[in-house]
Amino acid sequence: MKYLHLVWASLFRRKTRTVLTLVSIIAAFLLFGLLDAVRTSFSQAGQSANGAARLQTGSKLSFIQTLPLSLTQQIERVDGVKAVAYANWFGGAYQDPHNQVFSFAVAPNYLDLFPEVAVSDAERKAFIGTRTGALVGEKLAQRFGWKVGDRVPLQSNIFPDRSGSKNWQFDIVGILHATDKKTGGFFDQMFLLNWKYFDETTPYNQGAAGWYVTRVTDVNQADRVAKAIDALSANSDHETRTQTEQAATASWMKQLADIGLIVGSIMGAVFFTLLLLSGNTMMQAVRERTSEIAVLKTIGFSGRSVLAMVLAESVLLLMLGGLIGLGLATLIIPAVSAGSGGMLNLPSVGSGSWMLGVALMAGIGIVVGALPAWNAMRLNIVDALAGR
Amino acid sequence: MPQLIEIRDLSKVYERGRQKVEVLHHIDLDVAQGDFVALMGPSGSGKTTLLNLIGGLDVPTGGSISVGGQRIDQLKSAALAKWRASRVGFVFQFYNLMPMLSAQRNVELPLLLTKLSAAERKKRAAIALQLVGLADRASHKPTELSGGQQQRVSIARAIVSDPMLLVCDEPTGDLDRQSAEDVLALLRVLNRDHGKTIVMVTHDPKAAEYAHRTHHLDKGSLVGQAETLAVEA
Repeated sequence: MKYLHLVWASLFRRKTRTVLTLVSIIAAFLLFGLLDAVRTSFSQAGQSANGAARLQTGSKLSFIQTLPLSLTQQIERVDGVKAVAYANWFGGAYQDPHNQVFSFAVAPNYLDLFPEVAVSDAERKAFIGTRTGALVGEKLAQRFGWKVGDRVPLQSNIFPDRSGSKNWQFDIVGILHATDKKTGGFFDQMFLLNWKYFDETTPYNQGAAGWYVTRVTDVNQADRVAKAIDALSANSDHETRTQTEQAATASWMKQLADIGLIVGSIMGAVFFTLLLLSGNTMMQAVRERTSEIAVLKTIGFSGRSVLAMVLAESVLLLMLGGLIGLGLATLIIPAVSAGSGGMLNLPSVGSGSWMLGVALMAGIGIVVGALPAWNAMRLNIVDALAGR
Repeated sequence: MPQLIEIRDLSKVYERGRQKVEVLHHIDLDVAQGDFVALMGPSGSGKTTLLNLIGGLDVPTGGSISVGGQRIDQLKSAALAKWRASRVGFVFQFYNLMPMLSAQRNVELPLLLTKLSAAERKKRAAIALQLVGLADRASHKPTELSGGQQQRVSIARAIVSDPMLLVCDEPTGDLDRQSAEDVLALLRVLNRDHGKTIVMVTHDPKAAEYAHRTHHLDKGSLVGQAETLAVEA
């Protein structure tokens, strides 16, 4: 600790260079915090107590392949199944193609399988009784200023009606509320439309479902039930893959993009660049202090002390920038989540991320400081003082 | 006076690539405790090399050096560093202060190697600065001081841990005449009043006049010694 002022003063000997390097480190660790939150958010998708009791059945080939509706009765007969519903992706956009809406055509009993979504009985009844009825999540309604009774147009980016138009009209009959805002923010963004209206209006879907949702009577039997459901379509032209909701969500997301790989690749590139940048800073910083290091050794600082001081300087640089960066990420993430209106539900920078971050700071600090520290330790006093 | 420095048959050979350059040849030299010795000679005569060996900054190729009864030529690198920290103070031609530290912090540097508390370090640094007449410049950075003042800070740094020996390499080489005389007068006070043994390399005959005796080197050998009538304050 008594060397701290010396290490600190050495670090800020060239203020502009150190500040610029610090800004780079702050940016890198801010990005690390944000991307790690995205990765964690994706890996936690579908994790809930209710989700554990639900299975999703989709095509074994691809999530865009549909399955025959006739599977409904067959799945219902599987031992251990409590209820079955089906749904299909609608792919709606409101007013502008950029205003994508999480819209699904769903079976009338769909919400029976999602007790974590609150909707009044009257609104449920209105949904079932209104052909063009739609139930919308509260955040989605807030986003576009919708209310019950409004007629809203959505443009499907997949399904046209029989006249070839992709413009669909819906009557909002109820508002959906996620009971757990932390894990169920997705439900507040949903737009559910009647299966019958969807199936009869578009010529492209008759008799097919995008996926099935099955609620099991016993969570511990979920694996057996999943295998039994898949056995129903074995060796057919519509073989299925049944997974828990969490696994299905992860698999679905992986078909869209491997978030873990993307985040890992970006962070790998960022930290590699940071390694070169801060390594260069440290090499320059030590090289231009050759005579000062020689003086320290002259007055009695041992080679090991000098090595430790240069390493400490390098680790301090990384720690300073890294802690500020991760701290900023901690502050920014709730704001990003709030600003997305529930679209993004990023978890705060957790203790695991902090520990990994600090380990990275220390590790990168040691790596970038190692060579200049080694050179400083081996510095020949006489040569250095003579400017050789 | 007992001998503080005893040098016997000292040689130093540098290897520059495949070439071997013998810089010092079989030097014998004694410096008494409390003495003030100047080393003079033309460039390349080996005077700085001899000073570096006396200060324990370099190790000889042959022969022996004892300082205060300690064979420093036999010490390993870490032990030599420890020995320098407690026994020798260094004054350089270009002051070699840490530009990012205040005068006070520069003077405190050697004390970081001791077990003294922060308060005690600060107190001793203040005393050393007072001794060199710069108590009022303690918070100034080197760039805010004149050359002469910087050299006096470096002398304060050299004496703060109360070493028995001061080695000075051209301490006035970068100073104007007045500042040089101030610095030399200060060295004389440290020698006369505080008993510091001083070995100083210089090109300047006027600076050498402040020493008790002058040794001349040429081509790596001692070629003569002269007593000086030291300049009195």
